[in-house]
Amino acid sequence: MPADPAEVRADEVARQIADEGRDLVRSGDAEGWTDFVRRRLSGEYPVDDYGFDPELTDRVLLALARPLYRSWFRVETTGLENVPGESAALVVANHSGTIAIDSIMAQLALHDEHPAHRHLRMLGANLVFQTPFLGEIARKAGHTLACHPDAERLLAAGEVVGVWPEGFKGIGKPFSQRYKLQRFGRGGFVAAALKTGAPIIPTAIVGAEEIYPMIANAKTLARILGLPYFPITPTFPWFGPLGMVPLPSKWLIHFGEPISTAHFPEGAADDPMIVFNLTDQVREQIQQSLYRLLVRRPSAFG
Amino acid sequence: MSRTVLVTGVSRYLGGRMAALLADDPAVSSVIGVDVVAPESPIPGTEFVRADIRNPVIAKVMGEAHVDTVVHMGVIATPKQAGGRSTMKEINVIGTMQLLAACQRTATVQSLVVKSTAAVYGSGPKDPAKFTEDMEPRHAPSSGWAKDSVEVETYVRGFARRRPDVSVSTLRFANFIGPRVQTAITGYFSLPVIPTVLGFDPRLQFIHEDDGLEALRRAVVNPRRGTFNIAGDGVLMLSQAIRRTGRATVAVPSPLVATLGRSLATRGLADFSPEAVRYLTYGRGLDTRAMRRVLGFEPLWSSEEAFMQFVRRDELEVDVA
Repeated sequence: MPADPAEVRADEVARQIADEGRDLVRSGDAEGWTDFVRRRLSGEYPVDDYGFDPELTDRVLLALARPLYRSWFRVETTGLENVPGESAALVVANHSGTIAIDSIMAQLALHDEHPAHRHLRMLGANLVFQTPFLGEIARKAGHTLACHPDAERLLAAGEVVGVWPEGFKGIGKPFSQRYKLQRFGRGGFVAAALKTGAPIIPTAIVGAEEIYPMIANAKTLARILGLPYFPITPTFPWFGPLGMVPLPSKWLIHFGEPISTAHFPEGAADDPMIVFNLTDQVREQIQQSLYRLLVRRPSAFG
Repeated sequence: MSRTVLVTGVSRYLGGRMAALLADDPAVSSVIGVDVVAPESPIPGTEFVRADIRNPVIAKVMGEAHVDTVVHMGVIATPKQAGGRSTMKEINVIGTMQLLAACQRTATVQSLVVKSTAAVYGSGPKDPAKFTEDMEPRHAPSSGWAKDSVEVETYVRGFARRRPDVSVSTLRFANFIGPRVQTAITGYFSLPVIPTVLGFDPRLQFIHEDDGLEALRRAVVNPRRGTFNIAGDGVLMLSQAIRRTGRATVAVPSPLVATLGRSLATRGLADFSPEAVRYLTYGRGLDTRAMRRVLGFEPLWSSEEAFMQFVRRDELEVDVA
């Protein structure tokens, strides 16, 4: 009897998670793992000024998300040549999916598939950092608060910084609005790129919109819980924790052609006209890129 | 030029060592130490004057000795050291006001160095990863030592405006740590079981006690106007620091940390005021570029190394003996 494709995929993912788990402890790297555990227990591992813990990120956090990337969403990443190997860059992407899994997938794409295995340092809302566990993990995975000083400091240090300027308007939008870019904040990210001369890389992510199709927003409940929105999807909250399993949509990520900011005169970051125009240009490029990827994708779950 | 330096708060560990350090310095001709209580043992090279900076006697002392440099280390961090929160507040705020009034009156005063704290930045989820000196706090401290220090700094800025001829440097220190110093944070890390906030792992920065004193000395002999963050390089996560101590931890939801902490900390200086709990939740980072560029000070120990000096204090003391 031909099995349901989703079921097959679930099996595959389960197998892969088990494999990863076995890999984590299996010989070959067993020595590395003993050392790793010893270092974790004695606290002898490096973290940077933001609290980024590269060892934990590489060995554990990314490893846990990898099966989702490879088998569940079958992410196809293109345009990696547009991301520099060593210098700073600002990755600006569309935001969707009710829960910000898209940012984790973008981080994995750059880490696993870019020849320089770059860590994407994302800028998150303060809600992330005041939420227990989430804030702690976000810092350890290399992310920090979306604010001018941190954006500029990371870019000046040559990091690849990721921003999702649509914020909660993007991830919390109804399914009917899928792949329509929301308003792009106040253009703070453009100012940070201008100040540091880092190129902006407009990035389109297709697939995240379908993982938790949000058909309604329980606003009162959201207000009570202090959340920006409370999603109602075809499966959540009806099926409880099972309803939190993301639908296995097919994902495409494209890192677009860089927009240079180095040729602008000094003080351009304080010229609102330049900032607005550049913001529009980035937004436009992401929107076009989204349309192109959607045409390329055979079907949402294909 | 040889200096006459007045140091406040000399009967506590750091003040006493500061006075001794300055007395040893060839650029300093005499040191006057002031405190409410006498130091446990006489400070070498320092003339001790028992005076309460909360009353105007201090102005007389300064005038008679022709003091040209004042090092203010008299701000107290925990109520336990002062014998109650209201006394602490009075010593910190009224004391500073009196001291500044005396400085304003004393024509010979040319420079003022204030030991402040990075706690003035507060601590919270909207904080940037690193504070520079010109940043306003995003979560202004509302209680205790941190709030006192904010007020102290406000009065110091007022004084700097009224006496533009005086060079005023304010040093905002990360937590002092090392083999000998005893503070709220060393008290915390000495608890048998260390309570932490469930779901949070703050970034902590430290300054080694010897580095901190050296930074103050530098500001005395080589006055630089302005405010400077002083911290060792790098950060330690709280979880990391605790693992280094080898002690047990218990993670409890944030509202319970203070209650549990106080029941565990029957002795010592461990502090579980709302401000301290916020720090244990969100942590803080300091940008120390101005410390290097303007003050010309380079700490010898990183945050991590300074913390390890505290962890290994017992073996180190043996080495010293």
